[in-house]
Amino acid sequence: MRSGAPADSSAVSVVNVSKAFKLPHQQYHTLKERALHPFRSSTYDVLQAVNDVSVEIAPGEFFGIVGRNGSGKSTLLKCLAGIYHTDEGQLRVRGRLSPFIELGVGFNPDLTARDNVAINAIMLGLTRRQARERFDDIIAFAELEEFLDLRLKNYSSGMTVRLAFSIAIQVDAEILLIDEVLAVGDATFQQKCFDEFHRLKGEGRTILFVTHSMGDVQRFCDRAMLLDKGRVVDIGDPASIARRYNEINFGHILPGADAPSAQSSRLSGERAADITDAWFEDGDGRRIAAVAQDVACCACMEVHCNEALEDPIFGVALRNDAGYTAFATTTAVEHGPTGRFAAGASTIVRMRFENWLTAGRYSLTASVARNGRGDDTFDLREDVASLIVHGDLSEQGVARLPHGFELERR
Amino acid sequence: MSAEVPAVERPALVPAHHHGPSAFGDDLQRFVNLTLTLAMTDFKLRYFGSALGYLWSLVRPLLFFGVLYVMFTKILHAGKGIPHYAVYLLTAIMLWTFFAEATTSSVQCLLAREGLLRKIRFPRLAIPLAVSLTALFTLSTNFLAVLIFALASGISPQLTWLELPVLVLLLLILALGTGMLLSALYVRFRDIQPIWEVIAQILFYGSPIIYVAAQYKGLVRVAMCNPLAAIFTQMRHAFVDPSAHSAAVYIGGSVRLLIPLGIIAIVFALGLWFFNREAPRIAERL
Repeated sequence: MRSGAPADSSAVSVVNVSKAFKLPHQQYHTLKERALHPFRSSTYDVLQAVNDVSVEIAPGEFFGIVGRNGSGKSTLLKCLAGIYHTDEGQLRVRGRLSPFIELGVGFNPDLTARDNVAINAIMLGLTRRQARERFDDIIAFAELEEFLDLRLKNYSSGMTVRLAFSIAIQVDAEILLIDEVLAVGDATFQQKCFDEFHRLKGEGRTILFVTHSMGDVQRFCDRAMLLDKGRVVDIGDPASIARRYNEINFGHILPGADAPSAQSSRLSGERAADITDAWFEDGDGRRIAAVAQDVACCACMEVHCNEALEDPIFGVALRNDAGYTAFATTTAVEHGPTGRFAAGASTIVRMRFENWLTAGRYSLTASVARNGRGDDTFDLREDVASLIVHGDLSEQGVARLPHGFELERR
Repeated sequence: MSAEVPAVERPALVPAHHHGPSAFGDDLQRFVNLTLTLAMTDFKLRYFGSALGYLWSLVRPLLFFGVLYVMFTKILHAGKGIPHYAVYLLTAIMLWTFFAEATTSSVQCLLAREGLLRKIRFPRLAIPLAVSLTALFTLSTNFLAVLIFALASGISPQLTWLELPVLVLLLLILALGTGMLLSALYVRFRDIQPIWEVIAQILFYGSPIIYVAAQYKGLVRVAMCNPLAAIFTQMRHAFVDPSAHSAAVYIGGSVRLLIPLGIIAIVFALGLWFFNREAPRIAERL
């Protein structure tokens, strides 16, 4: 059922779809030009945004579409949504498709939230009556009851997005197209959005989800597709797609801490520093794939400097299977200035930690950034190594704080 | 709650061309809803955004009227011998303002709604249609001023006033056709804006607004082929002065009225055809 669903039971069927854009060399054509040079054929480049893509998506599936910028994932979504006209191939869709790709389309800053809800809901395909009936639900979900009559230009961006999201999920559609809108609102509201997606999925709706975040793909999706330069690289389970994504983005990937480290195939000099390796090791410096609870261990990375660096910041994050970051730290927090690194030098960075993690699988994300606020990342590798923590599976949460109970009877 | 019970029924697989970008979209009710919503929002924003909003929309054509009136009656004495010249001038200006507003705002309307076109599934035609509707709303509110002015000037209501909605409808069809054509052309040719401004100027002075059809003299039969001239002239006969000749008389027989009517039909059909042809690729060409 999961993969290779036959076309007649699919919710969305994409067969050999291609879409190219003509990029004219002269941006705006004018009638004057046409009149002056009637026989000059206009020159243009062709950008093959989507190239011969085929995929069958089963009803009720949460399907991820991932790829780098310009890989064609948004174009494919727009073809599906009926915004772009396809050049070749067949797109077939079973049921109503949510028409939103972006949140808050058509919001008008000069109107109140009340008016905008009505207008946006109609834009997204509700009737006037439905828009009226669902108004209270929308406002309640957005938690904006007190700001109903405020003009939208006085809303914070977070509030605007909350409102937009709340309207979008009220749309009756069997198939939802979601283009990187998960990063909305504060943490609490994000959680609410995730719950909402699960509820919609539980109702048997099909969800197509375009994202950059491998964490989100692994957390939500049943299956995912990786696009590169408009072509399908792979379709499969989210974990393997996330691995392929990292391969494409970062040139190499460590299959796991138990395997020998792969050598960097990357040409040096491309960026100021490369993370050439990352792994977990035990207290004796042996590489490990699994560790028992409470046994201290190290998350490690090897960094090659292509340029001389002053006080770069090394960062490490551990993420559990559900995609939640269990722990994240950097040398800026814990270590202070890291000193000077000569061009061509390799450094091994070890983050030693008391293993208070609950049982489960954790993946390591390693990064190296320019000294400063840590925004200027030289290299960042998501999920490059993994570690299984054995222990008592009955424990909940992400951390096992050292603890004890005390009972005081009165 | 449980995943085994799908809350949504399974309709048939629909081929893509049913939901590809098009002029009308696949859902007529949605099309109507969207058009009305766009038009009403625009109207509301323009005239209720500020306390004096509506007043301003009225002041503009009234001021224009005042200037032309003083100039043509007091200085040039153009309106001499034309009964109820002032009422005719005001009514014609209101109708012209409608046509001019509908067409000139149509030119860039698709670009102004780029967000909608690029981000959601949207029947393209709703956009120029809404522009003409907004102008129509303005006309109907402005017409109140015209009516008061006409009654105050001593014009008594006639049965022929019922022709007015028909004339406005014809004008609307002409404006719609022109609007569709201009908006779709603008996506390809960015100099449509100044070109249309020039054409609009020519139409303003070429149509009987500051003068009446009789002043065309020998050219009247040719001039009346201009749909605007025919509409304004018929308006004068039906609304302002029953003793003035109807458009049919000026053009030389009712049958000949088929020429301006035909032009309206052709402009509308051409606009619809061209817009429909361009609709699938508007989003990517903007």
